[in-house]
Amino acid sequence: MQPFTYVRANSVNEAAAAVAARPQAKFISGGTNLLDLMKLEVERPTHLVDISRLPLDRIEETPEGGLRIGAQVRNSDLAAEPRVRSRYPMLSQALLAGASGQIRNKASTAGNLLQRTRCSYFYDRNMPCNKRAPGSGCAALGGFNRMHAVLGASDACIAVHPSDMAVAMAALDAAVETTLPDGTQRTIPVGDLSRLPGSTPHVETALGHGEMITAVILPPPPPGRQLYRKVRDRASYAFALVSVATIVEKSGDRIQSARIALGGVAPKPWRPMEAEYVLAGAAAADAAFTEAAESALAGAVGRGSNDFKIPLAKRTIRQTLAAAVEGV
Amino acid sequence: MTETTIPENRSSETETGLVGQPIARVDGSLKVTGHATYAYEHAVNGAAYGYILGAAIAKGRIVEIDSSEAEKMPGVLHIMTHRNAPAQPEFGPAVTPTVPEVFTRARPMLNSDRVRFYDEPIALVVAETFETARAAAGLIRVRYEEERGAFDLSARIADAYTPRRTNAGFETDSEIGDFGGAFAAAPVKVDATYRTPYEHHNPMEPHATLAVWSGDEVTIYTSAQTLANFQAGLASTLGIPRERVRIVSPFIGGGFGSKLIVHADGVLAALAARVLRRPVKVALTRQQMFANAGYRAEMVQQVRLGADRDGRLTSIGHDVWSATSGFEEFCEQTAVFTRSLYAAPNRLTRHRLVPVDLNRGEWMRSPGEAPGMLAFECAMDELAERLGLDPIELRIRNEPTEDPERGVPFSSRNLVACMREGARRFGWERRKPTPGSIREGRKLIGYGMAAAIRPNYIGAGTARVAIDATGRVTARLDMTDIGTGTYTILTQIAAESFGVPTAAVKVELGDSRFPRTAGSGGSWGAASAGSALHHACNALKERIMEAARSSDRSPLRGANDVAPIFVGGEIRVGDRSVGLADFIGRIAPDGMEAIGTVAAARDTESYRAYSQHSYGAHFAEVAVDSDTGEIRTRRMLSVIGAGRILNPKTARSQILGGMTWGIGAALMEETVLDPRYGHFVNHDLAEYHVPVNGDVADMEVVFLEEYDDKANPLGAKGLGELGVCGAGAAIANAVYNATGVRVREFPITLDKVLPGLPVTAI
Repeated sequence: MQPFTYVRANSVNEAAAAVAARPQAKFISGGTNLLDLMKLEVERPTHLVDISRLPLDRIEETPEGGLRIGAQVRNSDLAAEPRVRSRYPMLSQALLAGASGQIRNKASTAGNLLQRTRCSYFYDRNMPCNKRAPGSGCAALGGFNRMHAVLGASDACIAVHPSDMAVAMAALDAAVETTLPDGTQRTIPVGDLSRLPGSTPHVETALGHGEMITAVILPPPPPGRQLYRKVRDRASYAFALVSVATIVEKSGDRIQSARIALGGVAPKPWRPMEAEYVLAGAAAADAAFTEAAESALAGAVGRGSNDFKIPLAKRTIRQTLAAAVEGV
Repeated sequence: MTETTIPENRSSETETGLVGQPIARVDGSLKVTGHATYAYEHAVNGAAYGYILGAAIAKGRIVEIDSSEAEKMPGVLHIMTHRNAPAQPEFGPAVTPTVPEVFTRARPMLNSDRVRFYDEPIALVVAETFETARAAAGLIRVRYEEERGAFDLSARIADAYTPRRTNAGFETDSEIGDFGGAFAAAPVKVDATYRTPYEHHNPMEPHATLAVWSGDEVTIYTSAQTLANFQAGLASTLGIPRERVRIVSPFIGGGFGSKLIVHADGVLAALAARVLRRPVKVALTRQQMFANAGYRAEMVQQVRLGADRDGRLTSIGHDVWSATSGFEEFCEQTAVFTRSLYAAPNRLTRHRLVPVDLNRGEWMRSPGEAPGMLAFECAMDELAERLGLDPIELRIRNEPTEDPERGVPFSSRNLVACMREGARRFGWERRKPTPGSIREGRKLIGYGMAAAIRPNYIGAGTARVAIDATGRVTARLDMTDIGTGTYTILTQIAAESFGVPTAAVKVELGDSRFPRTAGSGGSWGAASAGSALHHACNALKERIMEAARSSDRSPLRGANDVAPIFVGGEIRVGDRSVGLADFIGRIAPDGMEAIGTVAAARDTESYRAYSQHSYGAHFAEVAVDSDTGEIRTRRMLSVIGAGRILNPKTARSQILGGMTWGIGAALMEETVLDPRYGHFVNHDLAEYHVPVNGDVADMEVVFLEEYDDKANPLGAKGLGELGVCGAGAAIANAVYNATGVRVREFPITLDKVLPGLPVTAI
């Protein structure tokens, strides 16, 4: 860990300006990801702006009937919030499927969205990594890539976005509110927050330097049954091999509408819209579930040790849709 | 061995009977309140902090190290590299002339520009703070001349060589009868090849050392399982006599075999502290532990079993190919247990090695049995299915009446009883022989079992015990408690021996100034240190009784005919008695002491005359998600026959830990070696998976009543590592029973099961 300076921000505008003023400055909140990366010198910020004590820790009703979640609401608090549990159960399920109790107590809502990939080669400074050291190559290609992406990746980077929470938020059509260093605000859909790697995997988000997430807006809960299903190598404290967030609204024996978001398979929470089109209006039966699953993974590319994720994702989508429909 | 006329004071024969009681750890409150001091926590004035910089390549030469930027950082005291490190002896040959020299050889650091393995220490930065040392290490620039390393075991099996012996000095091969002919002729056979991956110990406490020099003597506060090894290894490396190295290791946060020899932290702390003339602390980071603190090597095992149609084995073959470090050989004794487990007239076991460019492999929890039984006990399951026999029945039909290769009787062997008792308690009759027969919703349920065997070792050692004028008993020995409960059982042994409460006994361990023992390893700790202490207590009681019979002031004067009993804080001889504290106070105001010793088992007649092992049977129930292949262990039961159980509570914890290791070995643990770079890819606990609480479901341990009078005076046999042996195979067999998918490449992760699971109707 290289030496750095530290300041505690007193307001959102002050925080955004403080980071914008220095090219190597970063926001810090829970620090559950950033501090680890700093110890390994994967991250080498020279200045940290602590935003953890800003008054962004409330969950409020929006006029539209949704919720506005402050950026500093802790993952544990968000998962336990009664309005979240009753109206957005998949979000609570996703949060509780992630990390450990101790980490959830510390991690913030915005920090969860902005956590970086867990690619082992990204974490090891001796290894080539286009995300950590642009132009050095991607060691995960042709290496041990069991945890890596089958959708949305590029030949420059096949890392996945590790968040569970973000997958549920993508399915819920959530958006982030941000404040820019000049004090202006904007809104970005969660699905557009993370960028696909293309040839610039080191550019991970749509945020500008010094732009700060202040809240996540959940639209009113969509009709239908919500489910979050996480497939992992052990019962707890493991990143998703595949996760499926789904909301299925039925009308009689048919599916009125359905949403699907996938985790563990792409550089960002993945919404396979084609699969959702397949389901809309279809008979709520295996044929539609299977077709939707096939459609969701139509463009998937395995890279060797992660080939299994393609059939695994299809099977998990099919079963999760069936469970959402049947209430099994 | 100390001669004594005092009768054995076993729990069945005394009123106190502390040995055998499930008493709580005597050091428990120290640990849970943070008062147990671990290696890195020892505080001395003026300590400096070292941070190790590891090599970024796996093989080659350091061309240039530029530490100029690092040296400029305020607070940096010293940067040690191969250019300025103190002279040390050469490392020497890959194989030491004798087995004990593995533990005592010099282990020089920073003594060459050669890089032998990825993350090998190439510099030590010492600074006023840990943070400064680490940051400065990040500023060192290194240029290498890289060479191509060899890492692929499977591709190089044809190049394997035959080692002179296995770990622990066993014969490399064994051959009885005509294995080839009998196997070829067998009407029913299994020929299966299994792969087990690299695994790492990952104790909670990392390897850490504080070195403090005083003149030409050094005190090493460290985390060591065996103090004598650390003392000898450091003395050899530093080029000073052993007497000038003191090792202090009162508490150890787990070792699992990774703390049997000194590592980089110990050597570098000692070197730097001598150069700087001030105390230096060095710890390995979690990531550094993967390259610098041993591992279990990747192995390929071929198991060949031939049987007649009734299920009697005619031939047993177990071949092992293992990776080994090229510069220091380690041959895990993976097929050695096979020599004692089942009867068969024709037998063949062999060990072969393939050198790779890694640091040395080390002893990891149940070396030999852990990977060996994972393969062999799965092969037995495969044979049972082929024969249409219940797996327990197959094992019973091949129960030997004597050790099948040594031809000597067993000291005690309750394997069949363990299996029968386990079957009854586990509900084994609910198992369906046809795989995939039990469904619960979309889950597939399976049952599996496996046998467990583990040798009983005794390591030579000495204990000193003293009693003072208040009747307080103090035992001292350089034994360690690596979390197994050694403080507790030694307290029980001494308390029972003198008939005093445990509160009147103080056991002091973990200091090389105390009498030498074999330390903690090979599951020999309790029996070895316990026997030495038992003899020491008896010797001291004998001295007390000599005084009691001869002293003018003694109420027991002349009481020669009746055996004394130490109980209830008194010495009783016939109908006469005297308070123990009162008596010592009168005859020996300065207290009395005695020592006791125990000989290494292999030097005893009993060990030559009997095959000595602990046994057990593991049972597992798993649920496999038929859509995703996720495997979760639902229930486990282990029934154990390991002689007298000194403390059922600490013993149970040991077996539970072993069963949990079995879950890890079967389903999760694997360190992935990237052959392009020669590094362990998943070198942290986020990606090196061990079971978490959620993976450890309903676990039960049952100890059979047993007393092994051939093993040692305590009647106990080693059991710490027994819990691992076969536990993983029970789970693997349950996965097969659940799914019909036999995975022979461990760990059994869902990607390996999934292709065999049909997509079923929703």
